[in-house]
Parts: sequence; structure tokens; C-alpha cells
Amino acid sequence: MTYVAKPRTHHPKLPRNELGLTRRDYEGAVSTLCAGCGHDSVSAAIIQACHELSIPAHRVAKLSGIGCSSKTPTYFLGKSHGFNSVHGRMPSVATGANMANRELYYIGISGDGDTASIGLGQFAHIVRRRINMTYVVDNNGTYGLTKGQFSATNDKGSTSKKGAPNLYEPIDLAMMAIQIGATFVARSFSGDKAQLVPLLKAALKHEGFAFLDVISPCVAFNNHNGSTKSYDYVRAHTEAMAVADLIPIHDEIRIDYAPGTVEDVAMPDGSTLRLHKLHGDYDPRDRVGAMDTLMRRAQAGEIATGLLYLDDDPSDCHEILNTVDGPLASLGEAELCPGSQRLEDINAAFR
Amino acid sequence: MKPTDIKNPDYFHKVVDCQWACPAHTPVPEYIRLISQERYTEAYMVNWDSNVFPGILGRTCDRPCEPACRRVRTEEKPVAICRLKRVAADHKGDIRDYLPRIPEQKNGKKIALIGAGPASLAVARDLMPMGYEVHVFERDAKAGGMMRSQIPAFRLPMDVLEEEVNLILDMGVVCHFGAEITSMQAILDQGFDAVFVGTGAPRGRDLDLPGRADAEPFIHLGIDWLASVAFGHTEKIEGKVVVLGGGNTAMDCCRTSRRLGAESVQVVVRSAFEVMKASEWEKEEAIAEGIPIINNRPPKSFVVEDGKLRGMYFECVEPVRQGDGRLKYEPTGEPDVFIECDHVLIAIGQDNHCPWIERDLGIEFDRWDCPVLDKETLQSGNPKIFFGGDAAFGPENIIWASAHAHKAAISIHLFCQGRDVKADRPPEGLNLVSQKMGMHEWSYDSEHDPAPRYHVPHADLAHSLANVKIEVELGFDRHLGAKEAQRCLNCDVQTVFTEKLCIECDACVDICPMDCITFTENAEESDLRQMLMAPADNLAQDLYVSDALVDTGRVMVKDEDVCLHCGLCAERCPTGAWDMQKSIINLPQVHA
Ligand SMILES: Cc1cc2nc3c(=O)[nH]c(=O)nc-3n(C[C@H](O)[C@H](O)[C@H](O)COP(=O)(O)OP(=O)(O)OC[C@H]3O[C@@H](n4cnc5c(N)ncnc54)[C@H](O)[C@@H]3O)c2cc1C
Ligand SMILES: Cc1ncc(C[n+]2csc(CCOP(=O)(O)OP(=O)(O)O)c2C)c(N)n1
Ligand code: SF4
Ligand code: SF4
Ligand code: SF4
Ligand SMILES: [Mg+2]
Repeated sequence: MTYVAKPRTHHPKLPRNELGLTRRDYEGAVSTLCAGCGHDSVSAAIIQACHELSIPAHRVAKLSGIGCSSKTPTYFLGKSHGFNSVHGRMPSVATGANMANRELYYIGISGDGDTASIGLGQFAHIVRRRINMTYVVDNNGTYGLTKGQFSATNDKGSTSKKGAPNLYEPIDLAMMAIQIGATFVARSFSGDKAQLVPLLKAALKHEGFAFLDVISPCVAFNNHNGSTKSYDYVRAHTEAMAVADLIPIHDEIRIDYAPGTVEDVAMPDGSTLRLHKLHGDYDPRDRVGAMDTLMRRAQAGEIATGLLYLDDDPSDCHEILNTVDGPLASLGEAELCPGSQRLEDINAAFR
Repeated sequence: MKPTDIKNPDYFHKVVDCQWACPAHTPVPEYIRLISQERYTEAYMVNWDSNVFPGILGRTCDRPCEPACRRVRTEEKPVAICRLKRVAADHKGDIRDYLPRIPEQKNGKKIALIGAGPASLAVARDLMPMGYEVHVFERDAKAGGMMRSQIPAFRLPMDVLEEEVNLILDMGVVCHFGAEITSMQAILDQGFDAVFVGTGAPRGRDLDLPGRADAEPFIHLGIDWLASVAFGHTEKIEGKVVVLGGGNTAMDCCRTSRRLGAESVQVVVRSAFEVMKASEWEKEEAIAEGIPIINNRPPKSFVVEDGKLRGMYFECVEPVRQGDGRLKYEPTGEPDVFIECDHVLIAIGQDNHCPWIERDLGIEFDRWDCPVLDKETLQSGNPKIFFGGDAAFGPENIIWASAHAHKAAISIHLFCQGRDVKADRPPEGLNLVSQKMGMHEWSYDSEHDPAPRYHVPHADLAHSLANVKIEVELGFDRHLGAKEAQRCLNCDVQTVFTEKLCIECDACVDICPMDCITFTENAEESDLRQMLMAPADNLAQDLYVSDALVDTGRVMVKDEDVCLHCGLCAERCPTGAWDMQKSIINLPQVHA
């Protein structure tokens, strides 16, 4: 942890976004995590993504559970709403908040312990319900905050810092998310912002449940030689399947990709999601194919990253339940008390 | 790009912008830290070692360090480096124990210094501790050169000058005052082992315009007039005064006139305000004292009636920016303006002038009458004769005089030992010392203070205008000095990177408030400068490039330009790949 406050002074040439803000305006308090923790890089990537998308901070709600990862919302978007909930219970709070106000951006931050251990049940149901949010798991294969026990995403056979092997099969949260109904599923690495930031931007603009499994090394307890979630191991074993870039409405397209590997998806706000397939015939819109590839890669000891699955015509919970259009707080007396005649009509319908 | 060679002393020296810009390379952040610790005496000695006249310079230095100060780029106004030097001088204790010992047993070599301005005095300071017998020959009755004869007492009080001059003379310099030298040959004939010429650039430039001859009694060359004020020969100036010229001499002339009773004073400059040679602060002071500065008015003629000066005619021009960025002055078409005046002070420049040096001694002179010298050794065509200060390359300032003096003293010392003045010069050195004291503890105050520059208190205007000897600036007191010192960014505490420890976790990139650090593929410098977290457009500032990193083959690139030296990169680094290390640049002097 750092005791010196980060100076407010910034580089004079720092770019300003459409709101006239620099990236620094999206920061939060100085992190109290261990120096070198991957989670801090994920926070930095979220800051960058929100800045680049010119998202007004007060239109964002940050939600989290318990863990080092779940502490991080304090360290980004200091001017946003936030709710630090109970261990594993972030999905319930997110669901409630989203039901009450569908117009905010929801960013859920959780850990592999918070989501895959204590919160697995909650996780499964928020995916099923397709809450329109960006759900990020800072996945370090360990319970960082409680000092390094194996989590449920830890690979079988990988060891603790002291050398004890993990005896159980790992849960692949990305695979689960695809299987249960998420409409945007990606995996990335805290040490690869070039891949992570565009994925975050695409997830934030996705109008459905977007899930990001971000491998984020714990330097204190899971960055040793026996770990499969260390900086070294992850760098040596990742394989990007497809990546996504969000191209704003008026921007010209600068990068040339080999023909046949690029596909553009129109986004509801007029921007373009540019899908870039890096891996032969991998098609991120083939749900079954995606799960098949993930399993095969995992079996071969590889970590498949990038945009793994995309439903480009997603539906969300509000659509499924056919709820009112605006936030509940914006409903006036007329909508909330439709009058006794309306009650009569409803009762009559049951007779 | 190739990995940066941080062992080359120049690399980190350049990061300390102020020290690099200072002709004498004063270790600025070092003395500023000492001031924050209230160690004024040590702060004074750090200065005295490198620039010789801290009390004088703390009031009068041209301060090339301040426009260079990093703080200009990170916020806006530089650290008040110069005025902090004065804080050290004003509050120092007894320095006698810190002064070099002068050997009783001399080394048998005799050196002549011609002129007793700052250049000669600083040479004496450097040579006396080495056992030389040093003789100074000075035309005036006292030592100090233009520091005494030109710089008005309201900027530099006499006692401050005398204290620092006497510190040197009291080392046992043999003084010959009132001794104008009229022949270099005669000096050589006296058997000196080496001669240093520090006679300055003593001739004020004149203005040959119609009416000049008739107006003679009412026209004064600025530097001669200031000297006669300094020596008490001139005590007042009456009527309306016009000062011609836009440099510091013009500013001193107008402010002095204002104090000697002139009815009105105006400065008339041929060129635009922005390109005037006078320092920003000198212009500000003159304006604050109610002196109008009239620009774009080249002088045309003097008007004399009945043997009295009536005034001057000036042309009206306006500056037009040329394609190459330079200003060209074009007539505006308005009629010439007439400005009434009773006296004109001409302050349009100085020239070198050494009629007393015979032209057959092996010394070549260029067309400005400056000697042809080796820039590094300051040796002339006659190997025994060295030059420094204004006499070397034309009018400069005190800090350049000190810088020349150190170089010349090294040369003289090598020459007297029969060694090669070029090949045998001592090299520059570099020490790097880690500042880490503990988990989050550094031996320097790493926290960034965003405070704007503090103003130096001034004497009451009416009071100071009444007497030419009353110092205008009062200097920072201890309290303000300590606050201003906090603004320094400690640019000599360097960010040092060790490739093999880096795990590329991005912690430093994420925490750096100034976006200095990037991990990227390597490229040519021009491309690399655009591939960083923030564009590195300031080409005067170097990129610090690492070797290829083990995991990804990428390189770490740090743009030094706006680093705050806050140490956060080193605090957040989990492996100690970043460390904050104080760079101590060892610049050679005779005794070192
Ligand atoms: C009006 C004015 C204001 C200035 N203000 C500043 C300022 O604020 N800050 C600053 O840094 N610089 C200032 N300068 C410039 C600064 O004074 C000079 O650059 C500096 O003094 C040069 O030092 P020097 O030792 O080379 O020569 P000088 O200081 O000129 O000393 C030369 C000495 O040699 C003596 N001499 C000359 N010829 C002979 C001879 N033949 N025999 C014996 N003795 C001789 C002279 O009498 C003189 O004492 C100012 C200059 C002027 C004119
Ligand atoms: C109900 C409950 N059970 C257990 C704990 C103890 N606990 C705190 S954090 C944590 C695990 C956090 O792991 P993870 O979500 O992976 O976060 P990390 O610290 O690794 O980022 C546990 C078990 C708790 N706070 N509350
Ligand atoms: S314990 Fe691990 S997860 Fe927690 S802050 Fe430290 S490095 Fe990060
Ligand atoms: S901040 Fe301090 S060390 Fe850096 S250039 Fe300015 S005065 Fe020098
Ligand atoms: S010291 Fe390090 S963190 Fe601070 S500004 Fe410089 S590079 Fe950035
Ligand atoms: Mg964890």
C-alpha cells in the first residue's frame, strides 16, 4: 500500500474526451492493494475504457462483494455510485439496482472466491436473468484477502505458495456463463491492456449481460512457479481467439485486417463493434462451438482469451419481464396509482 | 532505440534541468533540500563551491535555471531558485570552518589576474587553496568589477558584495589596486607563470545620429553613467530623461534615474516588447516603478536648441513576423514622433576592448575584438594566457564568469604542472545512491506540493524610490523560504530501472500521475515518442529506454519530460525494479 497521495497534477498533453475530461478525472482513491496486484491494472483498464467512451461518472453504479478484488471499486470512478455488498451477494444487489433503474451503467466487480465459491449460486442466477451489466471477475485462483487459500478456479495440480497441490477440478466461469445464457463472454489478462480495454468498452456498450473473466495475478500469494495464474505462466500460455474493438460513430477505421477475419456488428447507439477473428475458424457467435473450443484448449493446458462468445441481438431482464421503460424513481403519481377503475378492471379479469 | 546508458554522467545530469542549464552547474535541488532542513550554512557552501558568489547571485543572477526548471512544464511557474540561493546566504551561520585551507607554503608558481571582476576573483578562489601566489591588477580602487561599478545598490547592497569579495581577497591574494595595465608584454616580462585576463567588456556602444555632437553634454553612455553613480560622482539627474535600449543596463539606468530625482523617465526601445533583452523580472520591476516602456521606435536624431537638448525624434515601425519566425520591422507610415527630454542615457550594448594587449603575442582577435580561444580550456593562442568572463566571448553575466573561471583555473593548474590542458582534464563522474529508507520511506520528501510560486516581499515603493541605496527586494524569510523550497521536485532523485527484476505487472504505469512510463514494442525514436502513454513531444528531453524485457521482449520507455520524481513508481513496484536514487554529478574543479 502507498501512503503518499497521488498528485493531481497530470501530463499537460493528456487527451480529453467528449466531456472535456482527462483519464485522471475517472480515478478513485489511491489503491491500498499490494504493489503489483493485477487487480490495480484492471481498475486502470476500467478507468481508461470509461474515459474513452466519455461515460459520465455519475451515470455508473459500481457493485462488489468481498475480497481484494471487491475492494477495487474504491480505486476507480470516484464520482460514481457504489455498493460494496456482502461476500458473494453482489448479484442480488446488482439485480435489485438494475430493476429499479435501468438507465445506469452497472459495473460489477467480483473475485474468483466471491463468484465461484461462496457466490456461485448467485452468479448462476444473475446470468440466467441477463441483467444488463458488465460483470468482471478479477480471477487470481486464490482468496487473496484471506491470505492465499485455493479458490474454486484454481487449476487441479497447481500448487500453493508453500508447495501443496490443489486436489479439485477448476470451475471455468466463462464456460458457465456461456452455458447459462450470458450474451457477451470474454476472457483477458490484467497484464494485457491492449486486449482488455477494447473488450471492456465493448462489454460496457453491450445491452445485455456481459461477463469478463480477467486473469489477474495475486503477487502476494499466487505468483510463484507452481501457479497457473502467475504473470509468467499466463503470458506463456494464452491464445487469443477473437478480439473486439468498439469504433465510435464518426471515427474512420484505421486498422487493416486480413480479409475474412473481420466482421462489423452495429451497436444500438450507432457505433460499430468490430470483431476480429484471430483463430482460424473460431466463430464467437457459435455458442456450442465456443464451449467446445474452450474445453479442448483447457485440456491442452492453454488459456483461450479474447471475445469468446457474442450474441449480437441480446435481450435483457427488462425485456424478458416487459417492465416499464424508465427508472422507477421517474414514475409519477399517475403511473403509480392508476386509480380505482383500473383496479376494478384487473379484479374483473380474474373473475 | 538502443538501451539508455545511464552510466554516462550527462544522462541524469540533463534530467536535473536547472543544474544542466546553470553555466556553473550548481546542484540546485541539493541546496534547496538543505534549505528545507534549515541547514542554511551547508546550503550556502554547496553554492559557494560551484558558483562562488551565492549572496550576490541570489539577488542578481540572470537565472538561466528558472526557465529550464521542470516545474514550468509540470505546472507553470519555476521554483524561485535564485531567491532561494539568497535565503541560504541571508540565513547562513559562521562559514569559516567550511572554507578551504590556504597553504602557508606556496607552490612556487605566480599567476597574474588582470581585472578584479567576478571572473578573476573566482579564478583566485580556485587557485589559492592550491598554493599559488596570485596577483590581481585592478584599475579601480576596489575589487568587484561591474558587480560594484554597474549593478545598482538597490539591487545589490554594498555589504553583500564586500562580504563575498573579501572572502576571496582574504585568502591572501596580492592586490594591486589603481593599477591599470597598459601592456600585456610588461606583465609577461614580470615572470608570471600564467596570466588570466578578466577585464570584462568595458566599452559602452554609442549612437551616431544627427545632432549627437551638439548634444554631447546631455548624453551619457549607460554603463559609464552607472559607474559614476556607483562611485558617488553623480548624485542626481534633473529634468526629463530618456533611456535608449531594451536590455538590463537600460532597466538599471531608468530605475536609477527615477531614484536620482528625474522629473520623468521613459525607456524607448527600437524593437518589440517581447524581444527586449532585459529579463522578464527587470521589465516588471521597471513597470511597477511607473516607468513607461515605449516599443517599436528606432531613434532618428537629437534636437538641440540654444545649446540645450530639446528632445529626440523616433521613427514609427511595427514588427511583422517573417516566414522563418523572425521579426522584421516595417514603417507604419505615421510621422516621426518627437519626445522631449533633457538627458539621454544610451544603453544599447557593450563591446570588448583590449587595446593594451599587443597584437604580436600570439593571441588572435576576431572582428568583434574578442580573443580567439579554445572553448573548453579558455587558453588563447599564447599558451600562457587565458581569458574568462566578459573578456572571453563578449558580455555575459556573473554566473558565466564563475563558470569560465573554474575552467580556466583547471587549465592554469594543468599548464603550470606541465600537463596537457586538454587531454589531462579531470573527467566528470556520477554516483547513484538509493534513497530508500524503509517500506514507504525515502530519504527525501517525495510528496508533491502543488502550491503556486510564492512572491518575494518588496520594500515600500515610495520609500525605496527615495534612495538609490535601499534594496528593493527583501528576500524570503525562513518561513516563506521553506515553503518555496517545498515546490522543488527533487529532480536529482532519479528513477532507476532494473530490467531483470521487472515482471511487467503495469503497477508503475498505472500509478504514475504524469504518464511517464510505457511498456511497448521497441521502435525508432521518432515513432516511439508517439507510441507512449502521452506523446513525448519535447525533443529536448530524453527517453529512458530499457533493454528488451524477459517475458515479452517489449521495452520500458520513460519520458523524462514531466516526471515529478514523486517516487510512486518505485513505491508501487512489487519487485524493486524501480528505485529512487540520488544522482550526484561530480563536476571537476581544481581541488577535486
Ligand atoms: C548595468 C549592468 C548591470 C548588470 N547586471 C547584472 C546582473 O544583474 N546580473 C549579472 O549576472 N550580470 C549583470 N551584469 C553583467 C556583469 O556585471 C558582467 O557580466 C560581469 O561583471 C563580468 O565579469 P568580469 O569579471 O568578466 O568583468 P568585469 O566585472 O567587467 O570586471 C572587469 C574588471 O577589470 C578591470 N579592468 C579592465 N581593464 C583593465 C585594465 N586594463 N587593467 C586593470 N584593470 C582593468 C575593470 O575595472 C573591472 O573591475 C550587468 C552589467 C551591466 C553593465
Ligand atoms: C460470509 C463470508 N465468508 C467468508 C469471508 C472471508 N473472506 C473474505 S474475502 C474471501 C475470499 C475472497 O476471495 P476472492 O473473491 O477471490 O478475492 P481476492 O481477494 O482474491 O481478490 C473470504 C473467504 C467473508 N468475508 N464473508
Ligand atoms: S493479496 Fe493478492 S489479490 Fe490481494 S491485494 Fe495482494 S496481490 Fe492483490
Ligand atoms: S523542480 Fe527543483 S530540481 Fe527540478 S528543475 Fe526545478 S529547481 Fe531544479
Ligand atoms: S517518479 Fe515515477 S511515478 Fe512519479 S512522476 Fe516520475 S515516473 Fe511517474
Ligand atoms: Mg481471488
